[in-house]
Amino acid sequence: MARKKSEMTPEIIAEHGLSDSEYEIILDRLGREPNLNELGIFSVMWSEHCSYKSSRRHLAKFLTTGDRVIQGPGENAGVIDIDDGDAIIFKMESHNHPSYIEPYQGAATGVGGIMRDVFTMGARPIALMNALRFGEPTHWKTKQLVSGVVAGIGGYGNCVGVPTVGGETNFHKGYNGNILVNAMCVGLARADNVFYSAAKGVGNPIFYVGSKTGRDGIHGATMASAEFDDDSDEKRPTVQVGDPFTEKLLIEACLELMETDAIIAIQDMGAAGLTSSSIEMADKGGVGIELNLDKVPQREPDMTAYEMMLSESQERMLMVIQPGKEKLAFDVFEKWELDVAQIGKTTDTGRLVLKHNRKKVCDIPIAPLADDAPNYDRPHVKPEPRPVLDAADIHETQDYNDALLRIMTSPNIASKRWIWEQYDRHVMSDTVDSSQSGGDAAIVRIHGTNKAVAITTDCTPRYVEADPYEGGKQCVAETWRNLTCVGADPIAITDCLNFGNPERPEIMGQFVGAIEGMNEACHAFDYPVVSGNVSLYNETNGQAIPPTPAVGGVGLIPDLHKFATLKGAQTGDTLILIGDTTGWLGASIYLAEILSREDGAPPPVNLSVEKLNGDYVRKLIRNRRVNAVHDLSDGGLAVAACEMAFGSGVGMALSAPPSGKRHGWLFGEDQARYLLAVEKNSVNPVISTAKAKGISATIVGTVGGNRIQAADAFDVSLDKLLAANEAWLPNLMAGDA
Amino acid sequence: MQTAVIRFPASNCDRDAAVALEKVTGRKPLIVWHRETELPAGVGFVVMPGGFSYGDYLRSGAIAARSPIVQDIKAKSERGLAVAGFCNGFQILTEAGMLPGALMRNTNLKFVCRPERLKVETADSRFTKTYTAKSEVTFPVAHHDGNYFADKDTLARVEKGGQVLFRYLNNPNGSLNDIAGIVNEAGNVFGMMPHPERAIDPMHGGTDGINLFKSILETI
Repeated sequence: MARKKSEMTPEIIAEHGLSDSEYEIILDRLGREPNLNELGIFSVMWSEHCSYKSSRRHLAKFLTTGDRVIQGPGENAGVIDIDDGDAIIFKMESHNHPSYIEPYQGAATGVGGIMRDVFTMGARPIALMNALRFGEPTHWKTKQLVSGVVAGIGGYGNCVGVPTVGGETNFHKGYNGNILVNAMCVGLARADNVFYSAAKGVGNPIFYVGSKTGRDGIHGATMASAEFDDDSDEKRPTVQVGDPFTEKLLIEACLELMETDAIIAIQDMGAAGLTSSSIEMADKGGVGIELNLDKVPQREPDMTAYEMMLSESQERMLMVIQPGKEKLAFDVFEKWELDVAQIGKTTDTGRLVLKHNRKKVCDIPIAPLADDAPNYDRPHVKPEPRPVLDAADIHETQDYNDALLRIMTSPNIASKRWIWEQYDRHVMSDTVDSSQSGGDAAIVRIHGTNKAVAITTDCTPRYVEADPYEGGKQCVAETWRNLTCVGADPIAITDCLNFGNPERPEIMGQFVGAIEGMNEACHAFDYPVVSGNVSLYNETNGQAIPPTPAVGGVGLIPDLHKFATLKGAQTGDTLILIGDTTGWLGASIYLAEILSREDGAPPPVNLSVEKLNGDYVRKLIRNRRVNAVHDLSDGGLAVAACEMAFGSGVGMALSAPPSGKRHGWLFGEDQARYLLAVEKNSVNPVISTAKAKGISATIVGTVGGNRIQAADAFDVSLDKLLAANEAWLPNLMAGDA
Repeated sequence: MQTAVIRFPASNCDRDAAVALEKVTGRKPLIVWHRETELPAGVGFVVMPGGFSYGDYLRSGAIAARSPIVQDIKAKSERGLAVAGFCNGFQILTEAGMLPGALMRNTNLKFVCRPERLKVETADSRFTKTYTAKSEVTFPVAHHDGNYFADKDTLARVEKGGQVLFRYLNNPNGSLNDIAGIVNEAGNVFGMMPHPERAIDPMHGGTDGINLFKSILETI
């Protein structure tokens, strides 16, 4: 390459999000100034989104190994063993910034991207989940965002034909300027046919497959690594546009080719598109890559090398093909009417060389892009611990009927039917249980077998905000508890760590605290992290979101004759509460909805008690000792009983508290608790076995009738409460259609 | 009985249909690619599966209806071949002119997925003969364009001819006369928006759909 006079002004370097010290490293490694293409490549590879420069050293603390782990973090998705030669491949990922700017396409492409991460590894996607956080319901933008995000998720997943089986939706003013859209995909593969991204060999052909490359999404990864301000709408052109039809064809074509031995390595083009896919493949395989950009299928004329390398056009894959299998690959992709081109080859130079219009437009060593990526130890401070609130000091409602109604129609507790009825939950015909039942975890059968995976996503941001460490523990513990509730053995988690600006020590303190808490729970449950994603800079005009480490848990139900849901409670059953109740109201739903307070320390999570209680509940399910199971979380015992009553279609009567005030008993959010509906003749054995194991088990009521009652507190019609719970979201969204 | 499921680009209930057919016939159906020009010999019953053929671009089912294989199926149906289309399959059959009417966008403009109660309008048809007339069944629906429409004369003819086999008890999409499923005049081509193929398993959606497959397969 000819030496030129300096083109690199400080402005250009700053526009690429590179600091002076980062630029110095580039100069040193190249021994010269980069050209614009090269600068663009360093810029995206070293962006927060791609390099994890603020988070890497902390993520390294996570437990990532276990008996069932086939592949932990570092590949497109995590892989776990579910026996019989079957593997589950899963990951959760954020698409927050694009979804705020353009909700339909942002959410749709989030779903498309996470599916590609999973089928890239050889898995057929079998389930989708999503964890959504919106601003306060009354905020002017909220309705439009809910409507667009939900339509986008449905529009993509429904078309591709993968059931969206569950998730969670929160509303809080902390997300007014920065919503969160986290999508999770679970796929099924054969354990001996998992595909990885490391390129191998020299002179092997590199294939490009899928949609043509356009100018959409250029610098999306850089956008995802910066804060928002009032001009963020101007970033709309950086949002990608999804085509689920092409995605469906890509899935079928890739899975068909994966049945042969044609593919050496495969990587989807996600954030930073062709740049990050080619560099990751080369770096992992220790080879070089040479691409001829003239061969790249292009949607628009006169695209520059810079644009092609940084485009985030969707539904594209890059693969290294076994020499001699080129025709086989062409035939499969042409059968599925996909654009396909051989655009380059692997080399032994360890360099990324790009040619365009017969000129060499980039020639850089690959190792520094990965090895020398910045890795910052950002300063972090622990938040001031909040005081523990004593329930006795917290105002007790004088009208429990009203309090129950207000809580059951509050944004975070109200039915989300309006959302999930827009998702196809049944396609593939293996959905045993989904959002439909309001249950703790979705249950998806492994096709043609009698086993199933259980899937859940959870996070309680108000706990993490109150105490990142305890809140982090709680996120992991709640997924473990929810998987347990359906009778599954929890196996592993994926996470989506959504936080504010890591350059602020208090935000970094939240991040570090949450990771440490999560990790302690992972160790306590032998429940490793196998994949995940970090989304930082979730701030608008300096206002950070509540810290939101969303966790997706996956477990195995070995025998579908032995599982539980919250739907099975029968008239005459006894309600048994597993776990201790202190009446913890700090950072609770009761405090927020009834008293408009968000203070207090969150409930602590005793991990050994969690394990003891959960293992016992799972054993009761396996021994068919229970008709229905539900965990206690937001809103405590009262909300759990209502939800079980809704699911089972029968009333519940709760007894008076054994001690203490009624509000702590009914709405307290102590952890490690489960509500069981048990047949009369099983009550004594369930309680006596619990006592023998040192587990707290208390009779707290009975099942029957058509009312929801609590002694000396509330007494309301089940039908009316259910109707109110169902009406909240449709009322909010009325007029949207 | 040899059956077949047609696979279009972005069909996504092809496997669901295949599982249902195998469950009822004990034999795997043939999966026939849309570019084939002729059905394999011996096929007695064809299912057009649900999905988003060609991404629903242009209009749902419009492009698939022009596939080579559909021309052969249409010709053979005119000589008596039994054909059923579910969801996108129903849309393809109306677009191909094999069933009267059209499926428009749901009146609330949103995709809807839920178990839906239906009334079996008549047991006097090849597709419903093993049901009890006026009985209630539950099939899942999952569609964006399920709003059945036909002009006044066509609708009158369909009603008069007893071609309406299923009606919604709680119309989810604005369909005229609550129509959920219809058969052609000859009685051998049937389409419905709900998914009977997703209602063949007590673990998933119930078993109300089995009789639909039993009915038609008994008559072939």
